[in-house]
Amino acid sequence: MHTFAELSIVLIILLDLALAVTGSLAGCIRLVAVQGVLAALLPLLAGHGQPHARAAAFAAGIALLKGAVFPWLLMRARDRSGARKDVEPLISYPASILLCLGAFLASSWMGSRLPLPQAQVAWIVPASLATIFSGFLLITTRTKAITQVLGYLVIENGIYIFGLALFVEQPLMVELAILLDVFVAVFVMGIAIFHISREFDHIDTAELSELSDWRHGEDGR
Amino acid sequence: MTSALLILPAAAGGLAFLIRSDSARRRLLLLTAWTHSLLTARLTASFLAGGAAGAGAYFGLDALGLLFLCATSLLFLGAAHYAVRYLAEEKRAAGSDGLFLFTNAPEAVFTGCLLFFLAAMTAVAASRHLGMLWAAVEATTLLSAPLIYFHRNKRSLEATWKYLLICSVGIALALMGNLLLGAAGLKSGAGLDYRALLSGAASLDRPLLKAAFLFLFVGYGTKMGLSPFHTWLPDAHSESPAVVSALLSGALLNCAFLGILRVSAVCAGAGLADFTGGLLLLFGLFSVATAALFMVGQRDYKRMLAYSSIEHMGILAAGAGLGGAAAYGAVLGAVSHSLTKAGLFFTSGRVLAAERTKEIAAVKGLRARAPLTAALWLAGFFLITGMPPSGVFLVKFIVLRELLARGRYAAAAVFLFFLAVLVASMARYFIAMVFGEREAGPDERPFEESRGALLPAAVFFALAAAAGLFIPGWLDALLKGAAACMGGAL
Repeated sequence: MHTFAELSIVLIILLDLALAVTGSLAGCIRLVAVQGVLAALLPLLAGHGQPHARAAAFAAGIALLKGAVFPWLLMRARDRSGARKDVEPLISYPASILLCLGAFLASSWMGSRLPLPQAQVAWIVPASLATIFSGFLLITTRTKAITQVLGYLVIENGIYIFGLALFVEQPLMVELAILLDVFVAVFVMGIAIFHISREFDHIDTAELSELSDWRHGEDGR
Repeated sequence: MTSALLILPAAAGGLAFLIRSDSARRRLLLLTAWTHSLLTARLTASFLAGGAAGAGAYFGLDALGLLFLCATSLLFLGAAHYAVRYLAEEKRAAGSDGLFLFTNAPEAVFTGCLLFFLAAMTAVAASRHLGMLWAAVEATTLLSAPLIYFHRNKRSLEATWKYLLICSVGIALALMGNLLLGAAGLKSGAGLDYRALLSGAASLDRPLLKAAFLFLFVGYGTKMGLSPFHTWLPDAHSESPAVVSALLSGALLNCAFLGILRVSAVCAGAGLADFTGGLLLLFGLFSVATAALFMVGQRDYKRMLAYSSIEHMGILAAGAGLGGAAAYGAVLGAVSHSLTKAGLFFTSGRVLAAERTKEIAAVKGLRARAPLTAALWLAGFFLITGMPPSGVFLVKFIVLRELLARGRYAAAAVFLFFLAVLVASMARYFIAMVFGEREAGPDERPFEESRGALLPAAVFFALAAAAGLFIPGWLDALLKGAAACMGGAL
């Protein structure tokens, strides 16, 4: 029985849906942080008996990074940018949640079709695929640079859960390298957001459209 | 020795952030580049003499990795020489005239990231664990992003953001592919160790392996600039400083290509060569076609070079997909494209310095204003479009011959047609830029050519042309070894 693990899977799916309808940037940052912490603790909940000290330390490290460091960095970027504090979606919230639900149905179907080893925790494969999809949804249908970073983090959460579902254990060195990469990614993106807000007076990526092979209107280039 | 190659640039990069004096930092950059190249040369010599190259769990070189490492190291050496002059010039320009309406990133950050970037690319070439390879490829993205944003303006920022986001998400898909690959080898316990995967390839779970290849192909293909995942590439290449464009195009794209080659070698071992080869050939030809379509009517000469890179990545992918003799063409192509394109990007930086515009139409009669630059620009055009003698000519010829030998006449026709479109459009731009009628403005100051800044490009062009005439025995052995690695040989 993995009652707690299954409970966190349900929570992770609910968080995906919540992300699709949350309008405030700060709210989104918190939701992603909670999801990251849940994903980090999942291997401890799903394991048998006492977890190894190494696994526990690693989970604590990820939880700290995703639950405290990233939200702090992103909140700082949000405060500095002085932008409107909502996510300004390109599609309506009902459409977002419908897409999310559709993705969940598709993920359940795919999860049952994929030739994967039998998962011990129910719904873990569909949950990971649905999480990856909601990350893409955040990146493509929200205009702010911060929401795109959040989308990247949600995809990362989804892939992390997917790895758990497949029982693929990477050596510690590789896990650490991956974690370092994710950390540097968020750090560099945070700096980039800071520069975008300073250069453009906003962090709306829809305005990042000067570079192209075609002439724009009469101004050309 | 492999670990020295990894630690040296990383340590130098850290040091570059601390050094206050610009001239000391530039000397450090040169010193590191030379040491890295000499170490690589020694490693190559001992490898060819039959010595084992490193035996770590995560890092160690085979012929394929060594070949890419040699290309990267040589390229970085040229780039370091170019960068030192470039940085000195930029510093003067920032102080003296107001023509460039932007400031630059601090030189320490630029040099430090350049050196870290070298460390990450070395790690990619030397990885023998596919998880480590992934982490190194992602690191190259993150470390090169600050380089693209050297000129602090809106356009370079937009390019940096697109590059960061598109490549990071692409690479995230590759991570998923890695997980599926791990799952495919779960029963045999291969993990993601490259050699274990190769030796136990036959016992891998084939449907999972196919899924893994798809994800890894899309992920690394994004980074490599294969169409339709190439959208970040023209922006990043056109907005970054010439030396960074040269490294992105000549070294970084190869790193991603190496990632694809590693997985396809595992797939070939598992008997999936037809599946992976077909995909590589399809997307390779599609990239050549896309590059040709965007080349017609191109207005920016750095974007033109960027699309030419997409074309060449397409040719490499097609060669790798065909396998056999074309595999040799693909690895030769990776090296000759690196040298030629890096030389062209270096020269484009000198064209920009002379003309202060990136627009093709605004540059006319370059030979009157900067004769040496114009001569190199023209030489680069001949080499990159594959006029003999050049390495690129050999590559295109080998791929075409292999297509015909396999009876893939339709593919050969498509390949030839789009190559012709590419050559014709590029010829139009290059000839107009070099020979066009010059309309000198009244306030045009004479331009002083810097021979030192042109030297790396001249050397690279000479090497690329020589590769079309004569391939020395040691290089041939290395290329053959690398081509054998692509077929799944240990």
